[in-house]
Amino acid sequence: MKLPQQVVHLGAVFAVAVAALVVARTLLVPTTFGDLGHYRAAAIDSIAAHPKKYAGHQECALCHDDLAAKRAAGNHRGVACEVCHGPQQAHVDAPLDVKPPAPRDRGFCPLCHAYNPSRPTGFPQIDPVAHNPLTPCITCHDPHAPVPPAVPQECGACHGQIERQKALSHHANLPCVTCHQVPQQHKVTPRGVRPTKPEDRAFCGRCHAEGASGRAEAPRISLAEHNPRYLCWQCHYPHDPKTQ
Amino acid sequence: MNPDRRRFVEDALKACAAGCPLLLAVIRLPAAAAQGPAGESGYDATEHLYGMGIDIQKCIGCGRCVAACKAENDVPMDGHHFNTWVERYVIDENGDVTVDSPNGGFDGFPPPKTESQIRRSFFVPKLCNHCANPPCVQVCPVGATFSTPDGVVLVDDTYCIGCRYCIQACPYGARWFHPAKQVAAKCTLCYHRLVKGLVPACVEVCPTGARTFGEVEHRPTPLARFIRMNDVQVLKPHLNTKPKVYYANLDGEVR
Repeated sequence: MKLPQQVVHLGAVFAVAVAALVVARTLLVPTTFGDLGHYRAAAIDSIAAHPKKYAGHQECALCHDDLAAKRAAGNHRGVACEVCHGPQQAHVDAPLDVKPPAPRDRGFCPLCHAYNPSRPTGFPQIDPVAHNPLTPCITCHDPHAPVPPAVPQECGACHGQIERQKALSHHANLPCVTCHQVPQQHKVTPRGVRPTKPEDRAFCGRCHAEGASGRAEAPRISLAEHNPRYLCWQCHYPHDPKTQ
Repeated sequence: MNPDRRRFVEDALKACAAGCPLLLAVIRLPAAAAQGPAGESGYDATEHLYGMGIDIQKCIGCGRCVAACKAENDVPMDGHHFNTWVERYVIDENGDVTVDSPNGGFDGFPPPKTESQIRRSFFVPKLCNHCANPPCVQVCPVGATFSTPDGVVLVDDTYCIGCRYCIQACPYGARWFHPAKQVAAKCTLCYHRLVKGLVPACVEVCPTGARTFGEVEHRPTPLARFIRMNDVQVLKPHLNTKPKVYYANLDGEVR
């Protein structure tokens, strides 16, 4: 059979078009496109190769097994290490070169534990302004196994005003018995048997004199030069020492 | 019929029949039986179907998930780009609903500012729902976004042309435009962690266990238990997107 000439010409045009399609697809379509669907299957592998920054608490427990055991037994058992210490894959890769930070200031814990009416009822919350201001949380609470510290409820039951004022002061962490010796009988006959009170400047000086042992942040004065003719509490109210 | 014409039609049909397989081979229709990419660790994507469960009653709005996600996935550290974010709903005495999300919840939440009494209030963590019926994948003109065999919606950022159709199409506002790469970006469900057998970073750091991760179907994973033990809902079920992020104790006000 002899094909008409116009069909032959058309055929040639079609052949060129098909060849162009084949060449264009080979050049333009990525190799793995369409292997799994209408997309480049190799993209999955390149996304899966993204490096991880959070190592996961299982990695931490491999070396820090003591802290991991402590955490697993305490109230923070559901809180992974990297919640507070940040992403630590770099520390896992080079334990000696990269040291994980630990939040020691008062700014971090309130992220979870500041009072917020939107939080679920029963979640432990405090008012960061009123709750022992200026004292780092870790002074009283062990972040790896936190428990509410024992509050001297016995004194506060009657001396609530003093307790509330002291709770806001620099002396918030001092239990009442640091300065007062309280006989058991005081609870039975409060007016009959009274607790002791400090009697001289040397008592305050145990923390506040120059060279005194104790917490470094307690202000120090020279007992001999600092208004020697007065007793401390004539100027400083011990339950709220900032008050003059 | 004219015999010449009949013979011509027959020859043309035969030529077509012979050429079809060649054309198909060139166009490479997707293989019907999709096979997962066998990773170097022997990870088989076809064996998994991932999802997430979120318990609203456990979320304390600390925003650690937001911070962890940004660190893990190199999300820009500004207030406009989030793979996951936390919204606060405040419903006052009159039933008026206020929703806010300062910096996506990255820095936690200050106490809500309301004149009237709060009737109820709660936090809602949000992220890409990894829909089984994803509208964002449907609208992509070049095939740069897709569902993997294990049910994760991903973006191929070397292939994305940055047209932003998918950002418009997502009914959950989960996609964003990467200002440096000039491509669409979104939550990958930490796909790079999943293939290593780890949970997503937001699930890892959630201090109250409000986020649960696991398999959607037929596997004894935490998510299966979560779905069994809670009345779960999905966001915007009427859109038939079939999300794989399940919410427990979800308030009717949540959109």
